Amino acid sequence: MSKEILTTQDLHLYYGSKEALKGINLNFDEKGITALIGPSGCGKSTYLRTLNRMNDLIPGVTITGTVQFKGEDLYAPNADTVQIRKEIGMVFQQPNPFPFSIYDNVIYGLRIAGERDKEKLDAVVEKSLRQAAVWDEVKDHLHESALALSGGQQQRVCIARVLAVSPEIILLDEPTSALDPVSSSQIEATLLNLRHDYTIITVTHNLQQASRIADRTAFFMNGELVEVDQTKNIFMNPAKKQTEDYISGRFG
Amino acid sequence: MNSKVQNKIAIGVLYGIAGLVVLILLALVGYILVSGLPKVSWHFLTTPAKAFLKGGGIGIQLFNSFYLLILAMLISFPIALGAAIYLYEYAKDNWVTNLVRTAIEILSSLPSVVVGLFGFLFFVVKLRLGFSILSGAFALTFFNLPLLTRSIEDSLHTIDDKQREGGLALGLSRWETVTRVILPAAVPSILTGVILSAGRVFGEAAALIYTAGQSAPALNFMDWNPFNISSPLNPMRPAETLAVHIWKINSEGIMPDAKAISSGSSAVLVIAILLFNLAARYLGKRLYKRLTSA
Repeated sequence: MSKEILTTQDLHLYYGSKEALKGINLNFDEKGITALIGPSGCGKSTYLRTLNRMNDLIPGVTITGTVQFKGEDLYAPNADTVQIRKEIGMVFQQPNPFPFSIYDNVIYGLRIAGERDKEKLDAVVEKSLRQAAVWDEVKDHLHESALALSGGQQQRVCIARVLAVSPEIILLDEPTSALDPVSSSQIEATLLNLRHDYTIITVTHNLQQASRIADRTAFFMNGELVEVDQTKNIFMNPAKKQTEDYISGRFG
Repeated sequence: MNSKVQNKIAIGVLYGIAGLVVLILLALVGYILVSGLPKVSWHFLTTPAKAFLKGGGIGIQLFNSFYLLILAMLISFPIALGAAIYLYEYAKDNWVTNLVRTAIEILSSLPSVVVGLFGFLFFVVKLRLGFSILSGAFALTFFNLPLLTRSIEDSLHTIDDKQREGGLALGLSRWETVTRVILPAAVPSILTGVILSAGRVFGEAAALIYTAGQSAPALNFMDWNPFNISSPLNPMRPAETLAVHIWKINSEGIMPDAKAISSGSSAVLVIAILLFNLAARYLGKRLYKRLTSA
């Protein structure tokens, strides 16, 4: 087993007084893809957003338990959310490119961090877009607006934008649910490309997608982690009855 | 009555109302232009006004209007921008924020003549700024600040929260997200708001009568040293604007061609404000297109 990069212990999250996560214990090894699945409202997206503290933005949220990234407590009082989010990047359900050129979108994080070297920026743009498997489609109009791209291309540019700040972990919140099947499969291919270099955690509604791309799958229900295992075990030979019911389409 | 007929009647009534609004505007603008435009000439736009004789122009008033507008915008825009960013991006939803919002709303509903009289007492008398462009610019700031703050807040509101999430998730700080992602994206709509409020400020008279004053001393347009009293740039000189000029001619003008000058000035004022509005639409659209190329 490779070493653990991200661990959560007894993680509870409350929206006001409503308990949305009921004590999650889940650890992630370096590299590879983990899929979080489960019915709507089961807490999988909420859980994902605790991993880079995006839930901080929602008023009335309380979190207890620990989340550790390489042994550092993400919720320590002196934790730097800006630094955390550089190392743990996130891609959202709706592609959200900035209303600037493709080039500017990709290097935005670096440029704000103070990088001015044109050659280096050019290199990062090409590398990131190649990694996100969208380079060939956009290389001839890098300086046109990213909003003119199709949804699937926009999403891959958003992935490239995250890659450009070289995070260690990439969180994806249903990255393909707003896309057509062709774009979805391109995103899947992109993720499979990246799994050797990054730790990828993706929330998905699409069970086939989880079975196609994930090394490990975690099944959530009603704010609890029901089961986590190698993907083929979850799908072929689940340990829990609830998992089997969900996988076989008896509910959800 | 079946719903199809009902629908037709409703649409007809709405068309009628919309048509009426357009008609009123056209009639008003048409009347002002028809009665005023014949008076407008290069001579009229560039010569100083005359107190008793025929043939005066509005050159100084026109310059004053623009100068005052620019000064007022220079003062009010940074404050409004800061206030709007604070209120929309940072302020928590608590009683302090609500208090600030309520204060802004009340400020925006104050009659401009009251703002003018306050400006007179505070800037002109208390701070001893006298009837001056500076007093006028401060009074206009009071008048303009709430409107501008509200309009910039609305501009920020049009930017999707997903953009904010995107920025933060990329490891930008809140400030970086606001200044490097949200503001650039909001520029077209902020610009539109600024130009529209400029139109309102440009036509304002009541707030200026007792602050920027009702006299337009002769200016030497060769002298650009702001410390000389006859320099156009001197912010401490009294400066009657075009809108105030119109008010004054109509209440106490004794020159023989007062009526014609008033009509001509009104036409120039209306044209300027129309130009502001058209420029706002054009620039806003163009910038938005350039940003999104969609």
